[in-house]
Amino acid sequence: MKRYTMVGLLLALLLGVTVWMTSKGSVGIFKMFSGMKIVSATLRHLQIVAAAEVLAIGIGIPIGFLSTRHAFRFVSPVLIGIANIGQTVPTLAFIGIAGALLGMGYNAAVIALFVYATLPIIRNTYAGILSLDPAIKEAAQGMGMSKWQVTSRVELPLARPVIMAGIRTSTVVNVGTAAVAGMIGAGGLGALIMTGIAVRVMPIIIQGAAPTAALAIALDALLGGLEDWMTPRGLKVLKKAQWQE
Amino acid sequence: MIKLDQVGKTYADGTEAVKDLCLEIKEGEFCVLLGPSGCGKTTTMKMINRLIPLTTGKIYIDGVDVYKLESNELRRGIGYAIQNIGLFPHLTVCQNIATVPMLKKWPKPKQRARAEELLTLVGMDPGTFIDRYPSELSGGQQQRVGVARCLGADPPILVMDEPFGAIDPITRNKLQDEFLRIQAKIRKTIAFVTHDINEAIKMGDRIALMREGVLVQFADPATLLSSPKDEFVRNFVGADRVLKGLRLLKAKDVMKKPPLTVKVGEDPMQVKARMERDKLRWAMLTEDDGRFLGWITWEDLHASKTIREIIIPPSVTASPDTLLNEALSMMLNSAIGTLAILNEKECLLGVLSFEIIRDVLGQQVGEAQTEP
Ligand SMILES: Nc1ncnc2c1ncn2[C@@H]1O[C@H](COP(=O)(O)OP(=O)(O)OP(=O)(O)O)[C@@H](O)[C@H]1O
Ligand SMILES: [Mg+2]
Repeated sequence: MKRYTMVGLLLALLLGVTVWMTSKGSVGIFKMFSGMKIVSATLRHLQIVAAAEVLAIGIGIPIGFLSTRHAFRFVSPVLIGIANIGQTVPTLAFIGIAGALLGMGYNAAVIALFVYATLPIIRNTYAGILSLDPAIKEAAQGMGMSKWQVTSRVELPLARPVIMAGIRTSTVVNVGTAAVAGMIGAGGLGALIMTGIAVRVMPIIIQGAAPTAALAIALDALLGGLEDWMTPRGLKVLKKAQWQE
Repeated sequence: MIKLDQVGKTYADGTEAVKDLCLEIKEGEFCVLLGPSGCGKTTTMKMINRLIPLTTGKIYIDGVDVYKLESNELRRGIGYAIQNIGLFPHLTVCQNIATVPMLKKWPKPKQRARAEELLTLVGMDPGTFIDRYPSELSGGQQQRVGVARCLGADPPILVMDEPFGAIDPITRNKLQDEFLRIQAKIRKTIAFVTHDINEAIKMGDRIALMREGVLVQFADPATLLSSPKDEFVRNFVGADRVLKGLRLLKAKDVMKKPPLTVKVGEDPMQVKARMERDKLRWAMLTEDDGRFLGWITWEDLHASKTIREIIIPPSVTASPDTLLNEALSMMLNSAIGTLAILNEKECLLGVLSFEIIRDVLGQQVGEAQTEP
């Protein structure tokens, strides 16, 4: 609860600053963005993030999962290696490369974000499933669960918190990366920031930056709650017991 | 019935874990696989339910080659308790126990009823434990749930890999007793792994002793103790194997009739005369209905005293099911030469003495010495 109070205060502060900046109307010869414009940019921003994230989840979890299978044991080190190295490439470079290869615009941004967001999801799915106690999987098999039942009833529920953590990380990072994607003409809050930088007017930059930060914080809290909700109760009890030790 | 026919397992790295193993476990038999760490016990168990494929040989269950069956069907028919318990941490005790019933699509209420029944069977209160998670149980309780889980859908065959492995000796003893009591009722065909010789002797109808993947001796506990086949078996069962043999017998198997039993209402001087005639220094005293009261000695008998006044109450008594090793230590602890064996109504059934136990030991040693 304390956590949510903090989040609420921060959000109120960021939104307050945004409203305040917007209410200035203009700075010198430069007109501020209107409230409508900020809302539509925020929605656009969310749209980019959501599209990339849905793709990333749809592709990342299966890839991460398959990497743990025996049949893929020769490919998976390469895949996981790429996922690890890929995450060290700075977002700016990533967006730059995507812009150069795919051209400007919304689609290029979504694709770049999607690739970037897939990496932590692959990694966490892989780690989450591999870290399960082999005895648990063996018990499941030994009692006559089919391969699909072992996966759906044991492996995925147990790995779910770790996978959710991967999704949360990738979403939050993506909110920031999407702002950079303003550079390649994808729109969203990044476009406001770019404009502000171009004309060197701090309040305009804030008009784009503050909502971006608010979005990241809100999504982080939301997904944190979801992660908590999706963690099987038995695992929460386990974690609590380990804390007390 | 489980039959292993010249079964061998060589792992991918060349480890020969099991070599040319032939073993037949009869219907309703409790077979213990015994041997030092790494001798291939777990490997053998996992070959029975096909978790590990065989390299050579065949395994039959009720005469059917296990590879002729669909693997998941086969496994649902074999209760399996794995070495590391392996409870599902995200499922409740109820869901854990009802895993196989769930797979067999039993209706939910029946699954829960079954879980309650099995919890009671392993000595845990369903009301307290059924909705807990594994992490809310002690190690011993987890192992009980593991045992209950392998009984889930009432399979005719149980494969149990050190089910009482990680428990303290006292709880372990209790669990063993409970399990023997359960087995007497449910009569499953059981393959049970342990590396504890005492557990093997206590639990097994027959013991298969393995060494480096090879079956060294397959015999009932008494034979294993009295006639170890070679040096390895002799060392494994231990230098005190003759004493261990006492665990195999119960008081009721060897007890004798007391030399003289006296009813409390009898006349002291007549009793004294009888004792003099039979050259007895003591007699055992019972109530008219046969309840044991204690001892009387020849010196205490007097015309002036009733028998009731001179009773020496017993410091310790045993039941017909007391194991001989326990009986012996009771006698040593309370420094008595004769132990009264009473039934649950405290009626005197017989006595045990050092001489009787010595004779039992003598027989076992005799058997051991006549080995080829
Ligand atoms: N997957 C594997 N690959 C290679 N060798 C293995 C494998 N599993 C087991 N072994 C080897 O096979 C031998 C028998 O192992 P197994 O697990 O059957 O022993 P065990 O009798 O159950 O021992 P313990 O009492 O310690 O449980 C050991 O030497 C072990 O190192
Ligand atoms: Mg083992």
